Amino acid sequence: MRIPNAWNLFLLLALALLWLMFGAPRNETRPLINGAGASFPYPLYARWFTTYERLDPSVRFNYQAIGSGGGQQQLLHQTVDFGASDSPMREALLRAAPGKILHIPMVAGADALAYNLPGSPPLRFTADIVADIFLGRIHSWDDPRLARINPEIRLPSLPLVVVHRSDGSGTTYIFTDYLSKVSPEWARIAGRGTAVRWPTGIGAKGNEGVAGQIRSLPGSIGYLELAFAVQNRLPVAAIQNPSGNYVLPSPRSVTEALESSALDRSDFRISIANAEGPWAYPIAGLTWLLLYQNPPNQEKAKKLLAFVRWCLTDGQAFAAPLDYAPLPPRLRERVLESLREIR
Amino acid sequence: MKGRHADRFPNEPFRASAALRNASFAPGWILDKGFGIVAVAMGISVFVLAGLLGWELYRGAEKAISRYGMAFLTGSQWDPVAGRFGALPFLYGTFLSSAIALLLAFPLSVATALFLTELAPVWLRRPVLGLIDIMAAVPSVVWGLWAMFEMVPWLRQSAFPFLQKAFHWLPFFQGPIYGVSLLAGALVIAIMITPIITSLAIEILRSVPPTLREAAWALGATRWEVIQVAVLPYGRSALVGAGVLGLGRALGETMAVTMVIGNRPEILLSLFAPGYTLASVLVNEFAEATSEEHLSALFAIGLTLVAVTLIVNFFARLLIHNVPFFFSPRPLPLQPIETKQ
Repeated sequence: MRIPNAWNLFLLLALALLWLMFGAPRNETRPLINGAGASFPYPLYARWFTTYERLDPSVRFNYQAIGSGGGQQQLLHQTVDFGASDSPMREALLRAAPGKILHIPMVAGADALAYNLPGSPPLRFTADIVADIFLGRIHSWDDPRLARINPEIRLPSLPLVVVHRSDGSGTTYIFTDYLSKVSPEWARIAGRGTAVRWPTGIGAKGNEGVAGQIRSLPGSIGYLELAFAVQNRLPVAAIQNPSGNYVLPSPRSVTEALESSALDRSDFRISIANAEGPWAYPIAGLTWLLLYQNPPNQEKAKKLLAFVRWCLTDGQAFAAPLDYAPLPPRLRERVLESLREIR
Repeated sequence: MKGRHADRFPNEPFRASAALRNASFAPGWILDKGFGIVAVAMGISVFVLAGLLGWELYRGAEKAISRYGMAFLTGSQWDPVAGRFGALPFLYGTFLSSAIALLLAFPLSVATALFLTELAPVWLRRPVLGLIDIMAAVPSVVWGLWAMFEMVPWLRQSAFPFLQKAFHWLPFFQGPIYGVSLLAGALVIAIMITPIITSLAIEILRSVPPTLREAAWALGATRWEVIQVAVLPYGRSALVGAGVLGLGRALGETMAVTMVIGNRPEILLSLFAPGYTLASVLVNEFAEATSEEHLSALFAIGLTLVAVTLIVNFFARLLIHNVPFFFSPRPLPLQPIETKQ
C-alpha cells in the first residue's frame, strides 16, 4: 500500500470512537462524589479517599486540589458535591449561595517558622518578634530583641530575609490570622487573607518553593506547613503562646490549641490562632469541608455524609502521622451532632 | 465510474489521485467539498476562539474596569485584603524582564545562527542543531527548577556580587542581593527564548540564496563582509520577526519566572530587587482568590496581558517594515537586484 487511504483511516477512527462511546464495558455504576478545594489538607484527604473506597466499595471520590478559592466558587456554582477550604467563606459569598452552606471542620494544621542559620540553633520567638520580623522591622539576626530571649545562642550578624508564599494559600491564611491577632499594627497594614500585601520579603511559590528558598538562602526565615518543615529537616522556632510558654509545632500542641479554643458554638468558623492553653501552639488553624445543608442529590449526599462521619471518627487516626492535628473528642461530638442538620 | 475532470487534467499526479479515489467509498466531489468546508471552519474557528477569549476576559474583568478604569494600569498598590488593585508593578516587571531577556537573547541567537550556518565545520552543525532543538523542547517548569536550585545560588554567590563591585555606581546594581530578583527572572527568560530564536534564525539564514553569497565573494569581500553585505540584509526583517516571536514568549512566560523573580509587586530601580510579572500574579493568586473584587482584578490582569502582547506585536510589525535596520550601515548594492526579480 503506497498511500494510506484517508477514508478507510477515517472510518476506522470513527468506529473506534463509537466503540469507546457505546461498546466499551461499563461497570462503573458506583456514584462518583466530586469535590474541589484546599490543597493544604490534600495529602490527608487523598489518604482518606483511598482508604474509605476500600471500606465501602460502592462509592468513588474525585477531589481536585485547586485551592480554597476555587473550591468555594465551584460549590457556589454547584459543579461539585462538596468544597474544601482553609479559610472560612466570606459573608458576601455565603449570601450569594443558592442554599445554606455548612462549615465542617475536619482537622487542624500548624504553620512552622523555619529558618536557615549556620549551625541550625534552636530559637525562641515571642509574638512581638514574629510580628516585627514580618513587618520588616528586624533586619539582622543579631538584633538585641532576638538576643534577649535567646541568651544562650550566639546569633550571627547576618541580614534577615523574609520568605513568604507568593501564591494564595490556606497556609498564608493561618499565618496572617495569627499575626492579625497578636499585632494590631499588622491587622492595620496587611490584615488576614489567603494572599496579602506583604510589607517585606520575597515571595516563593508553594510550600516546596518556600522550603527550597529557605534551604538555599542563609539568613532567611519563612512559614511552612508543618509537614514540609519536617520533611525538609529545617530548624523550627518555638513560639511563645499567651500563657507564656515557648511551644514547638506538633499535632499534639495543635490539638491542645483546639481544646482551649471556644468550641461551644454551632457555627464552626472558629479561629484557633493564639489559643490560651498552656501548651497550645499559637500559629494554627482549622480546615473545613463545605457542604450544602439541603444537598440536591440525596443518594450522593447520604454516601458523602457517611464518609464525613467516618473521617471524624476512625479517620482521625490518619491525621497525626501526616502532621495534621486530629480534632479533640469534645469538638468531634459537636460536629457529628451538627451533621444531623443535613438532609 | 469515470472521473468528471479526467480529460481536463490528463497529467501524472492526477491519475494517481484518481486511482486513490476509485479505491475509496466516496466520489471525489464529496471529498473536495468536505475538505473545503472543514478548512473554512478551521479558519473561522480561530476568529471565534479569539473573540470568545476576549469576551470572557472582558466579562470577568468588568467589575474591576468599571471601578478603576484606566487607573487600574497606573495604580501601584496590590492589596487583596483591603481590595485595592493596581497593575503598574506587574506591567513594569513584565516589560523590564522581557526587554532585558530579549536584549541578551537576540544577539546571542543571531550570532549562534551565523556561526552554525556560515562558519562552523559541517561535522559540528548537526549535533549543535539537535541540542538547540532539545533545549527548545524543555518544559518551563524544568527550567524553573534548575534556575531555582542551580542558577540563583550561583548568581547570589558569584555573579551578582561581581556585577555590584564592577558597576556599583549604577543604580540598577545597588541594594541587597537575595539571588531571586528581576534580573534572575530576565536571565531565565533569556535562556528559554534563545533556542527558539536561534532555530528560527538558522532557518532564515539558510534561506539566503547562495548566489548572493557567491556574488559578494566574487567582489572580493572578506568573510565578515559577506555576512554584513549579503547575508544579514537579506534576512533582516525575518530576523526581527524571529525576535518578536521570542518576545511574545517572553511576555507570557510564567512558571520558570514565578519561581525565581521574587514575586514582590513593587517598582524598584535595582535589578537585584525582587519583581513581579502579569503572568506570575495570575498563576499565583487565581486559585485562591476568594473575593469577587480580587477575581475581577485578576481577570483585568489577564486582559492587560493579552493587550500588551497584541500591542507589542503590532509595533514590532511596524518596525519590521519601516525602520532601516542597524545591520546595514550603508546603502547596499545587492538590494535592488533582489527587488527586481
